Amino acid sequence: MELPQTRDLLEKLAEAIRAEISGPVFMVGIHTGGAWLARALHDMLHLNTPLGTLDISFYRDDFERIGLHPEVKPSDIPFDVDAADILLVDDVLYTGRTVRAAINELFDYGRPSRIRLAVLVDRGGRELPIEAGFKGIRIDPGENRMIDLLKNEKGELQLRLRPE
Amino acid sequence: MMQYNRQINRDGELQHLLTVEGLPASMLHRILDAAESFVGVTEREVKKVPLLRGKAIFNLFFEPSTRTRTTFEIAAKRLSADVINLNIGASSQSKGETLLDTVNNLSAMHADMFIVRHAQSGAAHLIASHVAPEIHVINAGDGRHAHPTQALLDMYTIRHFKKNFNGLRVAIVGDIMHSRVARSQIHALTTLGVPEVRVIAPKTLLPKGVEHLGVHPYHDLSKGLKGVDVLLMLRLQNERMQGALLPSAQEYFKYYGLTPEKLALAKPDAIVMHPGPMNRGVEIDSSVADGPQSVILPQVTFGIAVRMAVMSILAGS
Repeated sequence: MELPQTRDLLEKLAEAIRAEISGPVFMVGIHTGGAWLARALHDMLHLNTPLGTLDISFYRDDFERIGLHPEVKPSDIPFDVDAADILLVDDVLYTGRTVRAAINELFDYGRPSRIRLAVLVDRGGRELPIEAGFKGIRIDPGENRMIDLLKNEKGELQLRLRPE
Repeated sequence: MMQYNRQINRDGELQHLLTVEGLPASMLHRILDAAESFVGVTEREVKKVPLLRGKAIFNLFFEPSTRTRTTFEIAAKRLSADVINLNIGASSQSKGETLLDTVNNLSAMHADMFIVRHAQSGAAHLIASHVAPEIHVINAGDGRHAHPTQALLDMYTIRHFKKNFNGLRVAIVGDIMHSRVARSQIHALTTLGVPEVRVIAPKTLLPKGVEHLGVHPYHDLSKGLKGVDVLLMLRLQNERMQGALLPSAQEYFKYYGLTPEKLALAKPDAIVMHPGPMNRGVEIDSSVADGPQSVILPQVTFGIAVRMAVMSILAGS
């Protein structure tokens, strides 16, 4: 199976979000792929609100099994979360566990008025009742395949499909 | 003979933190990197993450300590663990219970981690070698041997203010002989690649052969401070006066106390650190301790994040 051009998916996603934006929206990307994607969307949508990033390592539900992620990065939420309209951004939506962790972390900063979710790829396989309001594409790559987002030296984002 | 590799498990992960000696630079950097993320947590509205929810952490302090015990307690609480503080000097030990019996009893209460402060060198090591494999031990200071989390928070502070280690000249000033802090600092600084570590002390407070640890000894504070980037001051313990190692606190201050005039010999942007509690007018002048080059209070704040990092890395291994 082949993935569509990442650039096309990105534009489709930006278009979908643009149609639904009214009032200030605060974008938050989940490390690492989601943070790159949020940066790109933030530029494409010409948002003038500050851009946030989350590292959900401290909120993962598999800490007991795999321990602390070796490359944990600081979360950076440069705006007041209380009453903010937040758009959470991640590259790939799969089980929903990462998004659960991200929502929990956001609530430790304050009480947002709303959180919506945008993803480049929804690959199904949900284990929690979590859905993305905005998505680039819905595909089913099969259980033993992995999709991730890469960034090349020119700063271009590229989806990659590979065996797990 | 100590087995330093006891702290690393078969998968190469940190099982206990007993000493900095023998830990690779990559492990130290991993702890400092994780601490950087925890600094962000401590600045939030909710200063807590759910990482160690349901874990029982026992603070076993066989020797009095306020700062270290409190910062470990805050760190554990910010990780959502349950903390039990035991001031052992005042309980079982005075009734004759051995160290290992105390630990066995606490293990039977389903402890997940022990933070140990003890006047005997090797106490944390002894406990680590007897506990069940799922229990983690952190050395919070053992005799003259080691105080690894203090050294790590010092390294964090240096990295925060100086960005990296590889161009620095660092001086450790004071009672090197009796200091577990100095020993851990020396191992951390040399492992992280600091090119020049100086130790400055009177002859009676500088151990023979200290240069074998890769440091340069000085007996003259003015010479030793020339051109340094970082000053690590040590606490001078009062009992040293009684042991005839020093004539008096006043005389110590005259030759080894850090005054603004002495500090001016270091680089203009040099930072001054102290593990606390400070003896003002003995090892450090108040105008330096409270001056613009002092980073003594940031050290305390960073200490919480560093201890959160160590606890979560251990608990996840």
